[in-house]
Amino acid sequence: MTKFTKRNGLSRRTLLKGAAASVTAAGASTLGAPMLWAQNEIVLRQAGTGVSAFNEIAAKAKEDLGITLEITALDSDAVAQRVATQPNSFDIADIEYWICKKVWPIGNLQAMDTSRIANYDKIVGIFRDGKLTPESTIAQGTAPHSVGFVEGVDGREFVNNESGWMTLIPTIYNADTLGIRPDLIGRPINNWSELLNPEFKGKASILDISSIGIMDMAMVCESMGEIQYGDKGNMTREEIDKTIAIFTEAKKAGQFRAFWKTFDESVNLMASGEVVIQSMWSPAITAVRSQGIPCVYQPLEEGYRSWGGGIGLNANLSGAALDAAYEYINWYLSGWVGGFLMRQGYYSAVPETSKDFMSENEWGYWFEGKEATAPIVNPQGVQMEDVGAVRDGGSFYDRMGAVACWNAVMDENQYMVRKWNEFIAA
Amino acid sequence: MSSQDQTAPRASLTSAATPGTEAGKPSLARRILSDGFSSWALALPVTLVLAFFLLAPIALIVVVSFWGSTSFSIYPAFIFDNYEYLLGSQVTYSVFLQTLKFAFLTWAITLVLGFTIAYYLTFHIHSLTWQIVLFLLCTIPFWTSNIIRMISWIPFLGRNGIANQSLMNMGVIDQPLEWLLFSEFSVTLAFVHLYTLFMVVPIFNTMMRIDKSLIAAARDAGANGFQILTNVVIPLCKPGMMIGSIFVVTLVMGDFITVRFMSGSQIANMGRLIQNDISLLAYPGAAATSVVLLITVLIMVAVMLRLVDIRKEL
Repeated sequence: MTKFTKRNGLSRRTLLKGAAASVTAAGASTLGAPMLWAQNEIVLRQAGTGVSAFNEIAAKAKEDLGITLEITALDSDAVAQRVATQPNSFDIADIEYWICKKVWPIGNLQAMDTSRIANYDKIVGIFRDGKLTPESTIAQGTAPHSVGFVEGVDGREFVNNESGWMTLIPTIYNADTLGIRPDLIGRPINNWSELLNPEFKGKASILDISSIGIMDMAMVCESMGEIQYGDKGNMTREEIDKTIAIFTEAKKAGQFRAFWKTFDESVNLMASGEVVIQSMWSPAITAVRSQGIPCVYQPLEEGYRSWGGGIGLNANLSGAALDAAYEYINWYLSGWVGGFLMRQGYYSAVPETSKDFMSENEWGYWFEGKEATAPIVNPQGVQMEDVGAVRDGGSFYDRMGAVACWNAVMDENQYMVRKWNEFIAA
Repeated sequence: MSSQDQTAPRASLTSAATPGTEAGKPSLARRILSDGFSSWALALPVTLVLAFFLLAPIALIVVVSFWGSTSFSIYPAFIFDNYEYLLGSQVTYSVFLQTLKFAFLTWAITLVLGFTIAYYLTFHIHSLTWQIVLFLLCTIPFWTSNIIRMISWIPFLGRNGIANQSLMNMGVIDQPLEWLLFSEFSVTLAFVHLYTLFMVVPIFNTMMRIDKSLIAAARDAGANGFQILTNVVIPLCKPGMMIGSIFVVTLVMGDFITVRFMSGSQIANMGRLIQNDISLLAYPGAAATSVVLLITVLIMVAVMLRLVDIRKEL
């Protein structure tokens, strides 16, 4: 399965390759004196989820730093498995925060000294004290800052303050919601509860990744008024039972056309019209739209389910390789990568450095939620949005400010997984 | 083996290595010795390969199936939790039943199809060249990976797929048939497509070796076509049918990817339970499920082997 996912991921990225050159031209490196490793070639093996594994980033890292980055793209479960069980197979783990909560205690990763991270002070508050703006409230679930720090380089317990030792350096994050086919639905969709609306019988889908799917379910159940959760990211057994029961009933009634597990499956389901409303990820929306098929990443009243990813260092890294890894991380946050990822619809951990690597129009469209003043072009060079288009959900602060919960691992994770399996088998 | 064998391995090794020099007048005892040794020696590589790559991993799976697990780690133990949960859960039984159902359906359909195709190739095509050409034609789907063969059904069977479009254009149906895709039908269809050849090959093989004079004799004795089929052809094809059945049943019982893609993840079988556990790092649970599945499949194969003595028939 993993192999299959990888193949699809790679072909998608091969398509993206053409865009690398144009992006490179955007600006000069902001790094004062990038250390060159060319004489004694350093190879960093990065294992990560498909969402952030781009060959363009590897090519640019080689060009700017002389570091050879070998990227392996896997699905989130497979990455978690690799970090947990094959510590010798990677140097850098590119994982999500909820995965971090799961695998960090195993001890295959080492914390990073924030004094060695040049742009640490500019990292968005979400990843430091948990607050986007000083007024923000912290959403439910595994909020990144709650698993972002440990006591020292070998710390295994997460701490509740900016200790100076970071588990993951945040790379990308986004706010997820339901994707819809407005042409096939023909009316406004404003609530998560619409996923189980009998109107869409046989035309709905949800993702079959238990830890994320259960959150989407919770958003739906809460929106329906069926369940009030104490914490959607850390449900009690009773809450899990009730949630799964509601969805099992819907499944048996034929509400779902399919469940999806990989990015490309969700694109195909939507593009082919098999499904008109489903949980979806931002680049999948882009992929459907690039085929000329209308697809909206619908902002909903109850807010978003958010996720964040970051890179962590293998506990075995030391000496020159460790220095190179820090160099790579500093480069990652210095702007070029952020600009590249923001053009995919994700957000950078240090948005202000990315601004230099995006045109004013791009920055306005992707970050500020402004109308596009010129066509928005996707990484392949194909026009995605025309002049006047506005990003679904609006600005960075509108979207990230409306996060209802973060992807999470629950205390009752094993119980939840069993219940999830029962749901799939029902 | 007698104790003599163990005392003279060096000598036999020499004789085995240079058979020509001693071929002239080998003593009887020596010949038995070297024969005995060489057959053991010949079996050794396969034995080692199987021991390392089949028996050892299976033993490990059995061991791990008694281990414990937390959400992010596994620890050595000797506990029955995994089996307790597995055998105590209603889901296991319904999933197990579903798995057996797919195995039975696929087996029955591929058997009929495989037998018919083999019969046609053997008795209705009279030139060997054409038999070979048509047989190769059957193998063409195998030139691509089974995932591609399986996935290509999805756009064909979809709501707006070719099948529904054609049926609607012909006026057979007004509404697209929803059950064509992401249903038990599509899973079974994909299985049949994937595995019919595994039935055709062994049946064709045994059928080709049926002495044509037996059929002539049956006809002379007054048997009609159906009687020849049931009294001569089918009994003589049993080994082939059994080998094909073993292939198909074990493949379907162990499958997870076909069920996942063709049911749109909506149907579970044993393979998917194992896959789910593995993806969540619950290796002990996956191992326990594997052990149960393995035992079931072994029992099924044992029963099949009891029905036909393949060694004798071959």
